[in-house]
Amino acid sequence: MTSPNERLQAKPVSPSSASPKRGISGIGRVLVVVYGILALGATGRSFVQIAERFDEAPVAYTLSALAAVVYIVATVALIRSGSGWYRIAWITIAFEFLGVLTIGTLSIVDPELFPAATVWSYYGAGYLFIPLVLPPLGMWWLARHRPNRGVAAGATGDAR
Amino acid sequence: MIEPFTWIQVAVAVLAGLLCLIVGFSGRKPSDLTLGAVAVVELLLVIQLVVAIVAPFTGNTAVGSVLEFYTYLISALLLPIAAGFWALVDRSKWSTVILGVAALAIAVMVYRMQQIWTTLPQ
Repeated sequence: MTSPNERLQAKPVSPSSASPKRGISGIGRVLVVVYGILALGATGRSFVQIAERFDEAPVAYTLSALAAVVYIVATVALIRSGSGWYRIAWITIAFEFLGVLTIGTLSIVDPELFPAATVWSYYGAGYLFIPLVLPPLGMWWLARHRPNRGVAAGATGDAR
Repeated sequence: MIEPFTWIQVAVAVLAGLLCLIVGFSGRKPSDLTLGAVAVVELLLVIQLVVAIVAPFTGNTAVGSVLEFYTYLISALLLPIAAGFWALVDRSKWSTVILGVAALAIAVMVYRMQQIWTTLPQ
């Protein structure tokens, strides 16, 4: 009926053989869900901040929105398999860790810089410190679940 | 919000969360018990939604941001549905743990909703 070439959606290249079920096994599922909840929380808060009072603290609120997007991408990257998504997972999770450490420190050293709370203020205290705890857990899990052939993901260029 | 009802709701969500975590870590797949506990949490959230809609007409209005309140409430309403579907699709003990995580997250969110309802935004 339809022409076979109709579907041009750029699907992520799936490693044809030995596709490891990286994103969806064991306790990793719980990790994904916690990331999902954090993404939901960060998105919700960011939506409210921007909709209601963006002018008050544009920097903090833009950062909130950025953090929310990164959490969403990290959640998706953890679910998908393949070395490309693996690298994206590393990048986003590392970014979150850097974010929570940087903003957490800044919010204590110079509170006036961030008059409004972000997910990362005070090392994520407003989110039960989950933003601080989750990235190391995520990285630990990623390190233990490399995609096939143990290519040093992240260090190589395009791994396919 | 009606404060006593809120605290009951938080308590139920915490208990349901702990129950699912314990049952999950002991290796059980999602069961009627654990799914039912999360269903009760969802039911209470629906009641909370009705209360939140009706309360302002009785003079019980939110002090804080109404938009923020409903963002939490709607997010919370989605969680049991998402976790429940997950539990039906993925029949493993981790789905039970996930039900517990969702219920605990809801407990925190309801607590936060109570704060928003009763205190001025900073």
